[in-house]
Amino acid sequence: MSGTVPLLQARDLRVTLKNGAELVRGVSFTTQAGKVLGIVGESGSGKSISMRGVMGLSPPGSKISGSIKLHGEELVGAPERRMRQLRGSKIGLVFQDPMTALNPVISVGKLIAEALLLHNPGLSTAKARQRALELLDLVAVPQPEVRANQYVHEFSGGMRQRVMIAMAVANNPEVLIADEPTTALDVTVQAQILEVLKDLQRTFSMGLVLITHDLGVVAGSADDVIVMYAGKIMESGPVGDIFYRTRHPYTRGLLSCLPTIAGGRDRLEPIPGSPPLLSSRPKGCPFHPRCSIARDLCRTEEPLLRPVDNVLTACHFAEELRNQTAGQPIAEAKRV
Amino acid sequence: MSISIGARQHWMHGITFRPVLVVGLLIVGFWIFVALTIDIWTVYDPLKLVARKLQSPSLQHWLGTDALGRDVLTRTLYGARYSIAISLIVVVCSVVMGSLVGAVAGFFGGWIDSILMRFVDITLSFPPVLLAMAVAASLGPGLQNAAIAVIAVWWPVYARLMRGQVLDVISRDHIEAARAGGASSYRLLTKHILPLSWTPTIISATMDFGQVVLLAASLSFIGLGAQPPSPEWGAMISDGATHFYSWWIAFGPGMAILSLGLGFNFIGDALRDILDPREH
Repeated sequence: MSGTVPLLQARDLRVTLKNGAELVRGVSFTTQAGKVLGIVGESGSGKSISMRGVMGLSPPGSKISGSIKLHGEELVGAPERRMRQLRGSKIGLVFQDPMTALNPVISVGKLIAEALLLHNPGLSTAKARQRALELLDLVAVPQPEVRANQYVHEFSGGMRQRVMIAMAVANNPEVLIADEPTTALDVTVQAQILEVLKDLQRTFSMGLVLITHDLGVVAGSADDVIVMYAGKIMESGPVGDIFYRTRHPYTRGLLSCLPTIAGGRDRLEPIPGSPPLLSSRPKGCPFHPRCSIARDLCRTEEPLLRPVDNVLTACHFAEELRNQTAGQPIAEAKRV
Repeated sequence: MSISIGARQHWMHGITFRPVLVVGLLIVGFWIFVALTIDIWTVYDPLKLVARKLQSPSLQHWLGTDALGRDVLTRTLYGARYSIAISLIVVVCSVVMGSLVGAVAGFFGGWIDSILMRFVDITLSFPPVLLAMAVAASLGPGLQNAAIAVIAVWWPVYARLMRGQVLDVISRDHIEAARAGGASSYRLLTKHILPLSWTPTIISATMDFGQVVLLAASLSFIGLGAQPPSPEWGAMISDGATHFYSWWIAFGPGMAILSLGLGFNFIGDALRDILDPREH
């Protein structure tokens, strides 16, 4: 595709529940082929919901508005038939918990073959199985011929996540959304899974959207980062600018919760309080009750996302923060 | 998850080492064998008058003869045909109908769910025997109408059961994963939800065979089911009730209902123990 039309572009994406509560409040982002977009934020910040929205899988009874374009094709309001064609073929989704997100009564080989057959009606069953074995090999599952006949309960967590990735990339999607793909796995396996994801993303030059709350993962793998809080984007931009010269107190708060290998024995500084409930979001800046630099302006006026240097940030006092933190590498990247 | 490891071996173990299941299978197997082969080896004709009326049990007539002089044992054995056929038809039809309604209600939710399940609630709010009687009476007497009447009161139970199961399964992650892979509603329902939802229905259906035998016999007993001279158990007991001191007339069909009902219940109980993961 030409460089002018972005692979995936969301404009002012909103997900609203029946009772009027907004889960996602005006999120905009762009993904390019071959790039990794990291989305970080605490639980309940709307990161998963906005990505489910992209696939047309919002919670029952909710409404999606705004605009989502895949290669310039509008997805918001697209007929369910079309969305079904796109799901799994153009957009792949990797779930957080491979323990529950794979069907326990279908063998792994059949699961992957089914994903293939669903979008290639002409494919023969034998061919689909052959391709399923190749996919298992691609995600580094040893002995694909044996493993394909086994069921999910015979797989370890890491192996299950590989199976899920194989299913998600079976039809060579252009966008791969990985929703906390490593959260349910232990640390050594995390690195392997990230490596598989990155490998596939490079090989097929997919656009990868990596949803996570592990900042180390984002620092090590993402090209661009979006930081979300209470359904809104707080800060977005290239990974280096966000992590090394953050202009938002929330991002800074997240970063200072991270332990570092060289960080000595200082206590970690948690962000005080907890994210606002859907029903009682504060007036003004949604982060102000927990913010260390909040002033009167923050309590009354909601900051808009505005360009500061080469990032977008939603803080009234971004310039001030930039001067404080300039040049301090706060996060330690998990390199993969 | 460790439950499912070696599930197949466990299954086999469960079947072979359960005396209750073996007894149940033997009883039901006996009646099915009788129903299928009685024509070949029967000594008397169930509809012909073969002896003096109201004879007590003897070597010629093991269970005596009824008020018209027909052999009670022969009639009882022939009765298995009616009871097994009616219970099979009723349970299969009810399961298919109920599961379909329940699965659709649970899967689509919203107003479809409300309408279907309110209808189920209304049907279930009547006492089953009373409703079956009303339906059978309005359709007119006859075995076929009795079967329809029993189906009418039986299917809502399965609808409720299936809906609950579907609601449980549908909220699991792998269903959403299948949806995210592009599966259609039909595919989700048939390939991903139903295979995980049918177990309680199967168990319940096995247990219900016995109850259906009883309910169908009850309808015949009060004259709404099989009509004379058909050797149906309920109708035979009704016959026997008018000749109270000739106890053998009701004894044969009574024991037959008891044993068939017991057999089905044994099988159902054993199946529940085998299939219910909470028991392990």
